[in-house]
Amino acid sequence: MTPTTLLRVAGSAARRLLGMAVTLLVTSFLVFSSLYLAPGDPASFLVKGRSASPQELLAIRQQYGFDDPFPVRYWHWLEGVLHGDLGRSYLFHQSVGEVLAARLPATLLLVGVAALLIAVLGVGAGIVGALRRGTRTGSAVLLLVTVGAAVPSFVAAIVLRSVFGVQLGWFPTIGNGTDLLDRLHHVALPAIALSVTFMALVTRVTRSSMLDELRREHVEVALSRGLPRRTVIRRHVLRNALGPIVTVGGLLVSGMLVSTAIVETAFGMSGIGSLLVQCVDQLDFQVVQAIVLLVVAVFVVVNTVVDLVHPLIDPRVRAAGGAR
Amino acid sequence: MPILEYEALEVALPGMARPILDGVSLSVAEGEAVALVGESGSGKSVTARAALGLLPAGARVGGQVRVGGAELIGADADTVRAVRTGKASMIFQDPRAGINPVRRVGDFLTEQLRLVGGRSKAEAEARVLELLGAVGLPDPPRHLRQYPHQMSGGMLQRVMIAGALTADPRLLLCDEPTTALDVTTQAEIMAILRRLQREKGLGLLLITHDLDLAAATCDRIYVMYAGRIVETGTAAELLAAPRHPYTAGLLGSSPPLHGELTRLVPIPGSPMSLAQSAPGCAFFDRCHFAQPGRCDQAAPPLAPLGAGMVACHRVDELANSAAQEIR
Ligand SMILES: Nc1ncnc2c1ncn2[C@@H]1O[C@H](COP(=O)(O)OP(=O)(O)O)[C@@H](O)[C@H]1O
Ligand code: SF4
Ligand SMILES: [Mg+2]
Repeated sequence: MTPTTLLRVAGSAARRLLGMAVTLLVTSFLVFSSLYLAPGDPASFLVKGRSASPQELLAIRQQYGFDDPFPVRYWHWLEGVLHGDLGRSYLFHQSVGEVLAARLPATLLLVGVAALLIAVLGVGAGIVGALRRGTRTGSAVLLLVTVGAAVPSFVAAIVLRSVFGVQLGWFPTIGNGTDLLDRLHHVALPAIALSVTFMALVTRVTRSSMLDELRREHVEVALSRGLPRRTVIRRHVLRNALGPIVTVGGLLVSGMLVSTAIVETAFGMSGIGSLLVQCVDQLDFQVVQAIVLLVVAVFVVVNTVVDLVHPLIDPRVRAAGGAR
Repeated sequence: MPILEYEALEVALPGMARPILDGVSLSVAEGEAVALVGESGSGKSVTARAALGLLPAGARVGGQVRVGGAELIGADADTVRAVRTGKASMIFQDPRAGINPVRRVGDFLTEQLRLVGGRSKAEAEARVLELLGAVGLPDPPRHLRQYPHQMSGGMLQRVMIAGALTADPRLLLCDEPTTALDVTTQAEIMAILRRLQREKGLGLLLITHDLDLAAATCDRIYVMYAGRIVETGTAAELLAAPRHPYTAGLLGSSPPLHGELTRLVPIPGSPMSLAQSAPGCAFFDRCHFAQPGRCDQAAPPLAPLGAGMVACHRVDELANSAAQEIR
């Protein structure tokens, strides 16, 4: 690499990082202000059940800073976040960081397994759907895509749980599990429920991207040179079809994170999603803020990664970027 | 034995009553340069692709196509692969569409040798570097690492030619190899093709809509209209004395009938495929000499005339008047 190329790469990386920081800052502000404006007084919630005197309430309000003006509260919070302090959960009497850290592994496992299912089955079905277009198998893929896209994850969760969990008893219906195998056993049904809609989307994108690439003249040229069909599909069709698949895959990650709220709750799992539901319900704003910010951060990071990967998939993007 | 031989090739697309190719017979001898000329849509590409076993999906096919003696119609995969990897190669019209844009040029050039020919990467690259030199590219090692978008159309067509030669074919099928290029580059590419064809003694089937280019490059010419061969002969004959009204029209010269038009005239109307045309002579609607009641009844057969062959009901009358008129 020449020094100018290096400079250009460094420059564009710096621009991206700055963009990421600005996005996160704006989001944090929006999240903070929307929760600030939300109805309900967290202080009265904290003393729920008991009848609290006005003095007690005031003490709580001061302890948590509920009465400070908005900019002050935002600034305090932001300062904390920048130092790695996400605030305190008054529901769990723990730092928000600890609350999240305890639940993150379960959610990561869930999303990870679902992502694997999507990558293998979703992309695989898309490939089959494109190559077998016009046959029974091809139509079956299309039908599955239509059905899959129409099934909301809570319906999938309820059906899977009652059939394979309750009636057949093949899978546990509640909890996270203990050792790794047990955890995988517990996460299987939730992961399927979580992946159905997204899998349908990935299958559809893979199929149409493959069909676009199958029509290219260079594919016929490769065949005319005697390369086996499988080789041509792998090297010239699938390889070229990757762009849209990666883009959509990246967009899906944060959507899946949000959908864990439904799936984890339906399966009684303890994770970030069920935590979000619980804390929204109980007005534990600090935790809700942190989770929303986490989801946005994941979204921004994944999209940046997708942007960085694109030039590797298509060298023409690299050229266009260089010409800027 | 001819390196390429078509016998009454007929190709019909699914769902269409009439074929897009009808009774195409054509041959190319070892080391011979032959052109197949016709307007766009006449069926030239379908004809050429059939020589590599590439036919439209679901097509009904009749007749025979042999490359180096191997029959391709109804052939098994091994026979087809053998033809594609050592007997015949094709150079396509648009090199930018014909080379995968996301892979390096070196990948395109070496993949046939490595993945089918079983050569090592180093062997394949050595062979390819030599070929890149032979097609006149300035810096072969650098080109191997480039992507297609980093090269001009003319350079890419040279890459395409080198790629067609990696497997040492005996037959080169060139489907409008210069149509997508600018004029100066066209001449260079044709010069490279002719030189390589002569040096290596390749059979060449040049597909073009340009009769002058065909005559300048090739020994013999077949003229195709709407999926049928309408005239064939040596390049010199065809150029000097076209006998089919369509051939004359392609030359833009005075049609051969005495006393009629002598200015440069384009062929009126637009080309059509056989599937669209009426029964009888497919050129009927556009022909100056069309005789209703005769030309539109039955398709004229391709019949020997002099050293060549012509498919026209009125060829005798036309040839006689043309003979008096030779300038
Ligand atoms: N794969 C295909 N599917 C449908 N029609 C086709 C296909 N290939 C060729 N044709 C039709 O066959 C006719 C001849 O096409 P082609 O051989 O490409 O003509 P040319 O190369 O002489 O311009 C055209 O009418 C074209 O529309
Ligand atoms: S057969 Fe008739 S219509 Fe056809 S080319 Fe000859 S003169 Fe013209
Ligand atoms: Mg063509």
